[in-house]
Amino acid sequence: MTVQGESAEQQWVDDHAGPVVRPYAVTRGRARPVTGTFDLISLVTATRADVSAEIGLGPEHVAIVGLCQRIQSVAEIAAHLDLPVGTIRVLLGDLVARNLVQVREPRTSAGLPDNSVFEAVINGLRAL
Amino acid sequence: MDYGPSERPAGATPLPTAIKILVAGGFGVGKTTMVGAVSETRPLRTEEVLTESGVGIDDLSGVESKSTTTVAMDFGRITISDDLVLYLFGTPGQDRFWFVWDELALGAIGAVVLADTRRLADCFPSIDYFEGRGTPFVVAVNCFEGAKQYRLDEVQAALNLDSGVPVLLCDARQRESSKEVLITLLEHAMKTRDARRVAD
Ligand SMILES: Nc1nc2c(ncn2[C@@H]2O[C@H](COP(=O)(O)OP(=O)(O)O)[C@@H](O)[C@H]2O)c(=O)[nH]1
Ligand SMILES: [Mg+2]
Repeated sequence: MTVQGESAEQQWVDDHAGPVVRPYAVTRGRARPVTGTFDLISLVTATRADVSAEIGLGPEHVAIVGLCQRIQSVAEIAAHLDLPVGTIRVLLGDLVARNLVQVREPRTSAGLPDNSVFEAVINGLRAL
Repeated sequence: MDYGPSERPAGATPLPTAIKILVAGGFGVGKTTMVGAVSETRPLRTEEVLTESGVGIDDLSGVESKSTTTVAMDFGRITISDDLVLYLFGTPGQDRFWFVWDELALGAIGAVVLADTRRLADCFPSIDYFEGRGTPFVVAVNCFEGAKQYRLDEVQAALNLDSGVPVLLCDARQRESSKEVLITLLEHAMKTRDARRVAD
């Protein structure tokens, strides 16, 4: 890493970096994903077992792929990596662009789901 | 990015459907407790970064100098089946962060509004919000020790609720009680939707 004065990149390595500075460095200042919208409950699964050899990925990208060996929501990924959701969205966009994860967005506009969904949830809850 | 079956990469398993329910109410009313009581793990926590103006950041350049704030959301997961995952989200403070509420409420199948009879007015903003959006909701009166017991119809009247909105007692610390609240909400949401269909 080159010397950049008070750059976010330098502050990133500081353990006391606040919750804003570190995400800024993780995404290299990008606020929006290159592709995708990523609802909090969009479900993500990795398409590959290991991507640590991929060029151009950061440790957070690799960590997401590791986590998504099991299906995870965007919110869960953010919680486990301890990064804001906006940062996770940017990283997921990178991974989608490389086909390293598969995403399923929830339905958000078409109104409430069918009875079959409600009934499945009710029965599932009763069985807990 | 909703991959249809034909677009899905060969050999990939179909991803389940995710749905969400919100748990709202005043500070300290038991939102996180309820999320934890029914979820399969202890409540998780995630943060959104907001700018001064209360909207989501869309330009991070110069963000170090901007006054920003983070808003935390508690949530939990209940895996219903291989095809269906339910997420419960505790909503953040009711007096600000409406931007986050809008994001949370989008696509939610319903909401639980928790009420504490010692501070009933604390849940007004949540009720107003879900009424305004047309999100189906139930009011669950969390039973704290030492709180005077009111009849449910008294609570319903005090909250000026539509007669169709279920009001029930609960103990957010108990899984069975919290489950019952969610089931009541789901049954109510189904009924609400059917009533709307008939009206249309
Ligand atoms: N007696 C009683 N205490 C509760 C109940 N639900 C929550 N609490 C307690 O109230 C406090 C605040 O609950 P919390 O879930 O953090 O509230 P939140 O701010 O709405 O997330 C905690 O100490 C809980 O243990 C309940 O049903 N009965
Ligand atoms: Mg809480």
